[in-house]
Order: sequence, then C-alpha cells, then structure tokens
Amino acid sequence: MGGEPVISLRGVRAELGGRPVLRGIDLTVRRGEVVALLGANGSGKSTAVRAVIGQVPLAAGEIELFGAARHRFRDWARVGYVPQRTTAASGVPATVTEIVSAGRLARTRFGRFRKADRDAVQRALAGVGMADRAKDSAFALSGGQQQRVLIARALACEPELLIMDEPMAGVDLASQGVLADTLRDQVAAGSTVLLVLHELGPLEPLIDRAIVLRDGCVLHDGPPPKAVGQHALPGHDHVHPHDAAGAEPIRTGLLS
Amino acid sequence: MELLDYAFMQRALLAAVLVGVTGPAIGIYLVQRRQPLMGDGIGHIAMTGVGLGFLLNTSPVWMATAVSALGAVLMELIRWYGRTRGDIALAMLFYGGMAGGVMFVNLAPGGSNANLSSYLFGSLSTVAPEDVLAISVLAAFVVAVTLGLRRQLFAVSQDEEFARVTGLPVRALNLLVAVTAAVTVTVAMRVVGLILVSALMVVPVAAAQQLTRSFAATFAIAVALGIGSTVGGTVTSYYQDVPPGPTIVLLTIAAFLVLTVLATPLARRRARALAAARPTGDPAECAVPAPREPAGGIGV
Repeated sequence: MGGEPVISLRGVRAELGGRPVLRGIDLTVRRGEVVALLGANGSGKSTAVRAVIGQVPLAAGEIELFGAARHRFRDWARVGYVPQRTTAASGVPATVTEIVSAGRLARTRFGRFRKADRDAVQRALAGVGMADRAKDSAFALSGGQQQRVLIARALACEPELLIMDEPMAGVDLASQGVLADTLRDQVAAGSTVLLVLHELGPLEPLIDRAIVLRDGCVLHDGPPPKAVGQHALPGHDHVHPHDAAGAEPIRTGLLS
Repeated sequence: MELLDYAFMQRALLAAVLVGVTGPAIGIYLVQRRQPLMGDGIGHIAMTGVGLGFLLNTSPVWMATAVSALGAVLMELIRWYGRTRGDIALAMLFYGGMAGGVMFVNLAPGGSNANLSSYLFGSLSTVAPEDVLAISVLAAFVVAVTLGLRRQLFAVSQDEEFARVTGLPVRALNLLVAVTAAVTVTVAMRVVGLILVSALMVVPVAAAQQLTRSFAATFAIAVALGIGSTVGGTVTSYYQDVPPGPTIVLLTIAAFLVLTVLATPLARRRARALAAARPTGDPAECAVPAPREPAGGIGV
C-alpha cells in the first residue's frame, strides 16, 4: 500500500476519568485501505476512533486527518462516521429520510437542500437497501435496519473516508449481508475505511489490514488474522450476535 | 365576537398566538434531545429576573429575558462540564432562581407576592401595550431560529456526536437552543405563567407524536395544537373568569389524551399494513411499533 496517509496517529495517549485508555498508539491508514481495529472490550479501540474524530481529548501525541492536524481539520464532508449506537431514533419521531438527510449537511451551505442533495440521500438509502422504508419512522425498524440507516447517514455526504464503530453489533444476519455488500461497493469506489470490530465475521474478505489493541497499546499491525486465527487472538471473547448456539462459528461464505 | 372589542383582549390573543407557536417550536428540540424539563428549569430562573425587574423598577419582561438567558447558558455549561454533580447543580439553579424571585419582589418598594402571581400563572389583563412589542420581537427571534436552522438543530438534537463529525458548530447551536428556550419562556410568561410555561413546550409535542412518523409533521401538528390551546384557553378564560395559564395547560393535556386514544387503532392499522406489504420478511425484520420513550428527566 503506497497511498498517502489519510489517518495517522503518533504516540497518542488519552485518559477517560483519570484512567489511561490509550497508552501511546501509532497507526496509519492509507488511501484506499480497509483497516479493522480489533481488540477485547476495554482495549481502547472505540476510544481510538473517537480520538480520531475529535470526541476524546488527547493527553499526548498527534493525530492527522488527510495530512492536516486534527484540530485544524475542517473538511468534514470527506469523513463519514457511524457511531456505536443501538438505535437511530431519538425523543421525537423522525423518518428514515430525515435522519439520513442530517448526514448531508456537511455538503450544504447553511443547511439549504438542493436537488443534488436530495438525490444523494436517496442514493445512500438505496445503497443500504432501505429505499422502500424512506418514509417510515425510525421507531418502527429492527436493530439491523436502524444500523443500515446510520450507515446511509454517513454515506450521504459521499465521504472519501468511512469510520465505523462496531457497525455489526446487534445486527441480524440479513442486515449483516447488506452491510458487507454496501462496504464492498464503497471500497470498490475507492473509499478508505477504518472500522472497529469485535470480530472479523462476514467483513473478513474486505479487510486489508488488522490492528489489534490490548490495554491501550498496539499488539498487532498486519494482515488480518485468518478465520481460525481470529479466535485465538489474545483477549478475544467470542460473541455471535443473533446466532443460535451451535451454529457454525466460521462464516466466510457470505462474500466469497 | 365582542371580546375583540377590548384592546386588552386583542393584546392577550396576539400574545396567545405567539406563545402557541413559539412554545412547541423550541420545545420539540428539547424533547428530541430528551431534556423536556429544561423549560421548567428556565421558568424557575426567570422568576429571579421578574423579581429583579420589580426591585430595579425596570421592565420585568426584558429583565426576565436577560436573567433566564443567562441561566439557560449556565445550564448548558453545566451539561458540558458537569459529570455526576450536574443534577445537583441544576437543582441549585432552579431553587435558587425561585427563591431569588420571591425575595426580590418582597424587597421591592411596595412589592408583595401578589405582584408575582400574574407572572406565575398568567393573566389576560397584564399584557401591557409595551409588552406586545417586546413579545413580538422575541417571538420573531424564536421562529427565525427554530425554522431557519431546523436542519442543523435537528441534527444536533438527534445525535450530538454525529453532528460534530459533520462539522456543525455543536456548542454554539446548543447555546442557541438554550437561549431560544429562555426567550420563549419570557414570551410565554405573561399568558401562561412561569410555572406552567414548560407544559406548552412539551405537551403539544408529546400529543402530536401520537399521530406522526416524521419530525416535520410532528413540528406542524404540535404548533397547530399549541395555537389551538392557547387561543382556546385565552377565550375560555375571558368568558369563565378563570386564569388563562391553567386553562391552556389543561386543554393541551386533553388534546394529548384524545390523540392517544385515537392513535391506538391507527398504529395497529399501520403495523398491519406494514406486515401485509412484507409477507416474506425474516421474522427478525418484522416491524413492530416500538414503545414510545417516556419523557425523561433533564439529561446532564
């Protein structure tokens, strides 16, 4: 991979409530790469991506996005972010289109929507297979469908870099397949992707490189652990959401 | 309509319409970000402003606007920086605001709690001619913010973390919501009263939600319900000689109950239509209308 760095972290340290969570992380994601950030609960993987997007203050080190220091970076339309959520809904009903439209704001001037913006929202919805639910309330969706809405929201600004925090958590198998397809389309179109995952699962064939965190330090940075290997990762606790007990644990057939 | 012959009723009705629009218009964002009681807190703080207005012999409306805007900004700052102590700090602010109001009114020359009563529960006859201009200007500000920035405020209230990553000035927008809510409280205090002002920000929105699937429709129906209940309450207050604030609030609650009863068969029909449209769906994908989140406390 010889592309220029899109995300780079150097010696990043961060604390949450006085407890060190990141203890000197170096990592680089280059243009066109799909990088998975793996690790057990509490290893700091979510904190690392939240530091990248400026949600966690740094105790030390520096972060660059597209070659610019993070605190100077203003070009947020190039970044699509999928936060770790179990629901897309809030205190007031909102349609799928209304929620996805929020992701387009970075491309508008003062929040005024033109036809191109509405088209982009429709494309993002179609990309996650939710076009037929555009006018439905987010309250009425399953967990997997809500996750697809959150991903469509990130895609609505047509980002060059996608950052996803556990996009597969609590997602049913049908939606996992759709999400893998969506991600494959994005990668084929040249997007750079950084995603936090609990396990590689159906996304495995897409992933170029895996970075494994443990106790706030980088433990492994290289080719993704192979299907059998992922279960042997240090500190890996194994969860298959929505899988019946006894279902085959290794599933690589969804995409290959 | 002989009630329109009286200048004080013309003023009261104009104020009622403005309150009916502005209350739900800002309230919907407070409900969306699960802080439905924020208006209540600001109402308490505004009492200190009213008391100071009496004490310093200045307009209570402008003084209440200034003090409650300050209080709202303070609440927003507590929400940012306060961790576990946030609730306690907010409680201090509320009770301090209320106590300050009563204290200042009693310190004012010739002042007594009777002066405060019309601000607490609303009154038709107290919308003074000079108040009408102040209320209209403040209401115009609230409408400009809540409609003009609706996409930005929606994004911030829906998912603050995501909004930050779209590059929106989230802190500035949150402060704007706080100040706009404070302004709304002072718009509403002459008609509905400070104690009940929060009801007009929350109940019409909650009532509209019973019927709606979209934010836009919730906004429109909530404002329509707001205007209906403030005008209805003001007219009832004129004929029945009851205070307008409680009348208006009871009307909004009645609307909520009626719409809740009406909505049950509607929700069932929607769920059936959805199921019929997707007969082959995975069982995990069946759409069951999720239970509505109850209005929670103030999130810190």
